[in-house]
Amino acid sequence: MQIEFTLNGRLIYEETAEDETLFHLLRRKGCYSVKCGCETENCGLCTVLVNGISRLSCSYLAARADGCEVVTLEGVQEEAEEFGAYLAAEGAEQCGFCSPGLIMNVLAMEKELDSYDEEEVKEYLAGNLCRCSGYMGQLRAVKKYLSRGVNRNEC
Amino acid sequence: MNVKMRTVNTSVKKKDSKALVTGKPVFTDDLAPKDCLIVKVLRSPHAHALIRRIDTEKAKKVDGIACILTYLDVPKRRFTMAGQTYPEPSPYDRLILEERMRFVGDAAAIVAGETEEAVDHALRLIKVDYEVLKPVLDFRKAKDNTILIHPEDNWESLCPVGADNHRNLCASGGEAHGDVDGLLSQCDYVVDQVYHTKANQQAMMETFRAYSYLDAYGRLNMVASTQVTFHVRRILAHALDIPKSRVRVIKPRIGGGFGAKQTVVAEVYPAIVTMKTGRAAKIIYSRYESQIASSPRHEMEIRVRVGADKNGILQAIDVYTLSNTGAYGEHGPTTVGLSGHKSIPLYRTPKAYRFAYDVVYTNCMSAGAYRGYGATQGQFAVESAINELAEKIGMDKVKIRELNMVREGDIMPAYYGETLKSCALDRCMSRAKEMMDWDKKYPAVDMGNGKVRGVGVAMAMQGSAISGVDVASVELRLNDDGFYTLMIGASDMGTGCDTTLAQVAADCLECDLDQIVVHGTDTDVSPYDSGSYASSTMYLTGMAVMKACGEMRDKILDKGAEYLSCEKNSLEFDGIRVWQPESGKELSLKDIGNKVMCFNEKMLSAGASHTSPVSPPPFMVGMAEVEVDIETGETELLDYVAVVDCGTTINPNLARIQTEGGLAQGIGMALSEDITYTEKGQMKQNSFMQYKLPTRLDVGNIRVEFESSYEPTGPFGAKSIGEIVINTPSPAIADAIANAAGARVRELPITAEKIYRSKYKK
Amino acid sequence: MVYFFGDFNKYIAYYKWYLLIKALFTDRSSSTREENLVIRFKNYVKAESLKEAYSLNQKKSSVIGAGMMWLKVQSRVKMTLIDLSGLGLDGIEETEDEFIIGAMCTLRQLEVHKGLDRYFPGLFKECTRSIVGVQFRNGATAGGSIYGRFGFSDILTCMLALDSYVELYQGGIIPLEQFCRQELNRDILVNIRIKKDGRRAAYTSSRLSKTDFPLIACCVSQKNGTYYVSVGARPARAELYVISSKEAAGYEELAGIAADRFQYGTNMRGSGEYRKHLAEVYIRRLFMALDREEG
Repeated sequence: MQIEFTLNGRLIYEETAEDETLFHLLRRKGCYSVKCGCETENCGLCTVLVNGISRLSCSYLAARADGCEVVTLEGVQEEAEEFGAYLAAEGAEQCGFCSPGLIMNVLAMEKELDSYDEEEVKEYLAGNLCRCSGYMGQLRAVKKYLSRGVNRNEC
Repeated sequence: MNVKMRTVNTSVKKKDSKALVTGKPVFTDDLAPKDCLIVKVLRSPHAHALIRRIDTEKAKKVDGIACILTYLDVPKRRFTMAGQTYPEPSPYDRLILEERMRFVGDAAAIVAGETEEAVDHALRLIKVDYEVLKPVLDFRKAKDNTILIHPEDNWESLCPVGADNHRNLCASGGEAHGDVDGLLSQCDYVVDQVYHTKANQQAMMETFRAYSYLDAYGRLNMVASTQVTFHVRRILAHALDIPKSRVRVIKPRIGGGFGAKQTVVAEVYPAIVTMKTGRAAKIIYSRYESQIASSPRHEMEIRVRVGADKNGILQAIDVYTLSNTGAYGEHGPTTVGLSGHKSIPLYRTPKAYRFAYDVVYTNCMSAGAYRGYGATQGQFAVESAINELAEKIGMDKVKIRELNMVREGDIMPAYYGETLKSCALDRCMSRAKEMMDWDKKYPAVDMGNGKVRGVGVAMAMQGSAISGVDVASVELRLNDDGFYTLMIGASDMGTGCDTTLAQVAADCLECDLDQIVVHGTDTDVSPYDSGSYASSTMYLTGMAVMKACGEMRDKILDKGAEYLSCEKNSLEFDGIRVWQPESGKELSLKDIGNKVMCFNEKMLSAGASHTSPVSPPPFMVGMAEVEVDIETGETELLDYVAVVDCGTTINPNLARIQTEGGLAQGIGMALSEDITYTEKGQMKQNSFMQYKLPTRLDVGNIRVEFESSYEPTGPFGAKSIGEIVINTPSPAIADAIANAAGARVRELPITAEKIYRSKYKK
Repeated sequence: MVYFFGDFNKYIAYYKWYLLIKALFTDRSSSTREENLVIRFKNYVKAESLKEAYSLNQKKSSVIGAGMMWLKVQSRVKMTLIDLSGLGLDGIEETEDEFIIGAMCTLRQLEVHKGLDRYFPGLFKECTRSIVGVQFRNGATAGGSIYGRFGFSDILTCMLALDSYVELYQGGIIPLEQFCRQELNRDILVNIRIKKDGRRAAYTSSRLSKTDFPLIACCVSQKNGTYYVSVGARPARAELYVISSKEAAGYEELAGIAADRFQYGTNMRGSGEYRKHLAEVYIRRLFMALDREEG
């Protein structure tokens, strides 16, 4: 079937199988930042934004993306670099395999929440697993990132 | 060489960080050719079976299927998938495919096709007629069982590790020093307990994966997510029965390894497909496959007998380990050694020790290498036993350690007789005690609401590389404009060794970090390195870097002397120029770099190897604070304090992340990660829905500090950090729970139900 | 309130989950091929009306509704997937006397809905926050959770203790408790209605790790001296037991009676015996919490 959607700001017409997942479609379209870590919706590596909301692309039907705005890390390179710099400053990207999914969800969190306390941040990001970092470095990076410039941090 | 630390001991960012955080296509699956064949493995549904007949005819007719391989199509030479130095201590007990299925998930056939759909379809059409055999699933009953896991005649053990396939033994042995039984019988206090640890999965976020193709010379090229590129080359050559010269292995960025990728779990499958079809082929393990057919920690049951006199001074310690290597023997003979060799030497006082072990085959998933490599299991047992001993004596658990712990300058009989040249374990303990506010919190505080908080402690050690075995080599080149290329054979698997080794080089060569270009591992290009495991990279490869840099400096001076027409020993090199202090004559490194590109007979390249007769242990103290709901046993980890002595920290941030990451894995091992089997041998925790990795809500607050010692045999005084960090959580958390709830759980993971049962004897 | 796009994938996520769970909890599947667990289908229809969805769903080869298990063994059958996302079932409507929760409303919507939180302070946050992660809860739907009547469902456990009803396209509005006892059929769940009948409720669960499936889930509500006790993840699906505070002298005894009314089973997360103990402790604590709040 034919679908039409916006991928990282570009309108795309694409042939997709009825049962193709968005994850497969995105990798097929060269969005290699999108990773798969589990197949059971537990790890958060495949997180992308659909209409601004963080979603697991491995359980999102490509057909459903018809008419939607889909954003992957490839579409938010500046933001990725900005937050990524905080992550790297802690050494917390480590292997980097879970970083894209984490960053997408951090960006979603930044947009959705008005204020952030530490527990809220941890809860919001709980669906992003990481096996390297032990999470503490990621938390340090997120806190520093959220309190950059403006004094909006309540961590 | 006397060098100043400039970038060493600073927290520079990893060289690959920007590519990683912007999601660039740098991992195996991102790089695979788009038209490569998709390879999958048909897996046995039975824990123990023989293939009577396998019918692939219908499957072969599926559109897009390129090849289907069964045991009839593979070489008959046995090999091991363990990434170890040749001759491997792990037995040669594998074929790529064979008739006998030894665990649920064992490989029955290989299917390769143009698309995943075609391959999935073909997999369903293969008909296998199995003769189902009775499995051996209980590792306590495996030794000398009438059912043999490896009855085959061409099974082979290359090293004298006490292996005997007719007794289901992958290894057995032991050693003793002094009169253990006599001393124990005279002790005022003796603990005799059995501890049980499970087959934890490394669960790196990137599952096993590899792709292969033939290059212009008809050689097999393998791009693999591996920690052991050179071992992959050898193992593929063995498995495929082809010369090593026909194999090249390249490592791209890796999405975590933790030891899992020290076993060649997936590489043989695309390799044989490429050899048979001439086509590029790729395999990507699903998480399910990574859970059921991979290389997890060895399940161990460890009996500890330890005794002390009335003053709490340890007299003798006796450790017996039963290790479950599963269906195949990868890392079986070696991991078990660490369960004794890296637990008993934590204490200086025992006058006698004994360590014995059996490693048995069963019809469970094959085990492998996982961070800590046996030390983790051994330390859970020994540290728990010491805590129980302290309880018997009525002594503070920090105090018993202060009285008995190993100290700098000690000779360690249970650690190959090595002398401890660097050890800050005592300082780690006192700092941890301060950070935890131990004296105020020990042993427990009743919160008055049905919850009790308890604190617990454990110590740990590991090694730094395998003494007398591991080898690291590096090559260094000076290029035009004066920048260097550093070629290493060690695998950066996210740990940052490409960066930390460059930090060492930059300081040795007195240049900026940017001047060092690091080339990751490619067996055609990189010098030989046994690989990134056994906590060897910084200690061993770091020393090789220092040696190569020394040689490079010498060669730069040679060239400077030639070009400046001066006596070499009148010249100095300061990283930027070669100059003669008395005359002021100088030539910049840039000019030397450019000059050697023309009319030169000696290239500016330096290579060095390093190996070590000793394996200096890093040390660590971990303290946990938990809150236990006394009625239900539910436990929350509140705080984890760790103080580490890894010698000099080359990159403090990366060392901290290593520590925090290892602790989180250890916390998972202690509290939630379990591996269990059904009666038929099917593994139950076969996805992340069932195998519970800790999330960021489960790890509490982790606080890490360093108490550095200086290791004279390591680069800039460094020892290892990678593995030791996983060892303390299990014993420390177990003890915190015991202190809070009065419930001692000796089997991991320590679930609420186990605490409840232990407390109420249900 | 952010407008959420409800969609069918939430169902898929849950169904896929359901299949996996089934396969994993019943040790029946002797095959080790995980592709058996991958949903494949040939047709995708975005329904334009409930009527259309309902009529499509009457065919055996369509998804939503009953009999999902056969999917597992016949993964290449010609199947039709019916998408309900265009039917406006993704909102939470609050009226004078009830909340109407569309079948396609996500768990995240339940979690952050201000009206629900005003009427049932903290309740919906508590019963959703531990479900995997925000991204998952942005996908999984209330309808998927209730329709599937999964044993592990926190949502079902929670809503069962409230004065809840489901509206089925054919079956009309029936009490949730009655729906729970029904077998799966080919009807379509349109929405869930929770009456504002004055009950106050509290929820708690026990988990191996913070975002794991519950080992036990308990919800208790209270109104005029009557307790509505719902216990899920036993590991069987949630059931309701109504008990008057007059039936026993103290909380402990009362909780004992309530916990005794349920059956508990063993699976890899815990034994039936331990589950029962937890249920007893939790029910008692929830009784006390509700009364403390009142007092």
